[in-house]
Amino acid sequence: MEFIISKYNYWIYIVLMMIGFYAMIAKRNLVKKLVGMNIFQTAIILYFISIASKKGATIPIIQEAQGAINPAQYVNPLPHVLMLTAIVVMVSIFGVALALIIMIYRKYRTLDEDEIIEILRGKK
Amino acid sequence: MIREFEDAIIQTVCRMLTPFLQIFALYVIAHGHYSPGGGFQGGCILGASFILMAIAYDINAVKRRMSEKLNTLYCSLGALIYVGIGMLCLILGANYLDYGVLHKILPVDPVKARALGILGVEIGVGIAVMAVMVSVFLNIASGGEHKEGAVE
Amino acid sequence: MKLFAFVVVFLTGAALIYSTIDMPEWGDPNSPASTHVSPRYIEKTIEETATPNAVTSVLADYRSYDTLGETIVIFTAGIVCILLLRRSAR
Repeated sequence: MEFIISKYNYWIYIVLMMIGFYAMIAKRNLVKKLVGMNIFQTAIILYFISIASKKGATIPIIQEAQGAINPAQYVNPLPHVLMLTAIVVMVSIFGVALALIIMIYRKYRTLDEDEIIEILRGKK
Repeated sequence: MIREFEDAIIQTVCRMLTPFLQIFALYVIAHGHYSPGGGFQGGCILGASFILMAIAYDINAVKRRMSEKLNTLYCSLGALIYVGIGMLCLILGANYLDYGVLHKILPVDPVKARALGILGVEIGVGIAVMAVMVSVFLNIASGGEHKEGAVE
Repeated sequence: MKLFAFVVVFLTGAALIYSTIDMPEWGDPNSPASTHVSPRYIEKTIEETATPNAVTSVLADYRSYDTLGETIVIFTAGIVCILLLRRSAR
């Protein structure tokens, strides 16, 4: 029981990750798969941010008032920085994937994965 | 195809809200040193102000105010500012992107020169992110043809 | 197909939950993520960069190469969308 209470934040993010993973492999529409990938990436970002927290600490903006700075008072800024990069990469992937989906629709006139595979097999 | 929907309330409110959005975005970029914010966040808000005009009116309303050629130019200008500051540090004698040597050309001490280097780099990033947000939205929402309609 | 996907997702989730036995507790100040170089960034950010915001100083000064790579990534995404989609009206 103590094990569950101290680590339940990781379990919540694993559930979110698995929801995104299920959407990526089980849905047939291409746009729904893309939304599943977005949910997966968001769960990863939240997981990293939860690693950075410290008990009783405040945001990492250092007030100039004191002499010695205690690092245990401020939240770890390093995962926040890395996740800024990850969010920008997420947006770029989403934009390029939507452009590719528009091109697929122009060529095959459908967005269903099984029908596209049928058309590709039929043409061969 | 989408239908034309003109509503006076939405169009008036969006038109009056846009200057405040842009000033808030510049505030977020400039106060990146002292409060949560910085280049990426302010650039996204600047891009969102243009996207709001494109949603409330149509795509030509944005293209009249920021032409496509100027938009692509801003996109490259942002990346050029970032790389240019790095090259400037290299020319002055230190490592690439080592802002401490900027005190040779600016009248400040080396610690303040690093803060000014951070500000210059964040401005470059903000311009690049704004231009890419607007360009990606216009291309995807109109299917490439920049008329007001959707993909046929 | 959906049943197979369900089974795969369940097994992956169970493996990940099994791996949380070794992870640090939520809010632990001595976790491995917070002990090696991150206290140095927090202590030295005002005296070396005159920036109270530790996140901006780490993003744009101590780790400026990563931010350079990220700016090039978003620039490339914008160029790719223009190259793939932009065509003149027929």
